[in-house]
Amino acid sequence: MIKVVFFAALREQLNCNELSLSGENLATVADLKNHLASKDETWQQVFANSTLLSAVNHDMVSSEQTIKSGDEVAFFPPVTGG
Amino acid sequence: MTDTTYPEISIQTADFSLADEVALLEHDNAIDGAVVTFTGRVRNQNEGKDVTSLTLEHYPGMTEKSLSTIIKQAKERWRIGRVKVIHRVGELFIGDQIVFVGVTSKHRQDAFAANEFIMDYLKVQAPFWKKEACNEDVNWLDAKSSDESKAAKW
Repeated sequence: MIKVVFFAALREQLNCNELSLSGENLATVADLKNHLASKDETWQQVFANSTLLSAVNHDMVSSEQTIKSGDEVAFFPPVTGG
Repeated sequence: MTDTTYPEISIQTADFSLADEVALLEHDNAIDGAVVTFTGRVRNQNEGKDVTSLTLEHYPGMTEKSLSTIIKQAKERWRIGRVKVIHRVGELFIGDQIVFVGVTSKHRQDAFAANEFIMDYLKVQAPFWKKEACNEDVNWLDAKSSDESKAAKW
């Protein structure tokens, strides 16, 4: 299983804090994004945004990052702390 | 000097005291002659709009990991002693303190540079998000490209 979490504006747009999926046939973060984007129009729009950031197991990664069962993948907008 | 018992990172809803934090940075620390602190506060205006409050969200776990990586990088680049980073989350109002960065070093230049580096990197790498309330209007803030360029200059 892969745990997927969402934050800030993304979490609100998707109306989803987190979800789990089997991760079969999902080799990379890009694969996961394509899979999630296929849910419906809202998800497609959210994942079409090129500014979207991704993290795997709490490290910021690019879409080419490989993923495996047990990973926690996060999607969020550019950060605005400080 | 590395003091392993000194907690370097705190993510909290509660306010903090600048005087208490400086006292902790200085306590039993006679080797460092410089203490540089930065405090960030909620402004009453942002991009021409009157701000009434901010709500800060973060990604627990990743926040601590990213801040500890930033602190580690600062320690590799400058000769610094103690570091403290506090970031508040939850609802904050005008004038409230949001963030604190404190750095000690033997001489001032290292502490000044490391403090600014930590703050600039925190702005673009640590997973915090601000939601701004301007009277009836509530919006997630957009990241500023100027913050990206400030971090990139290091």
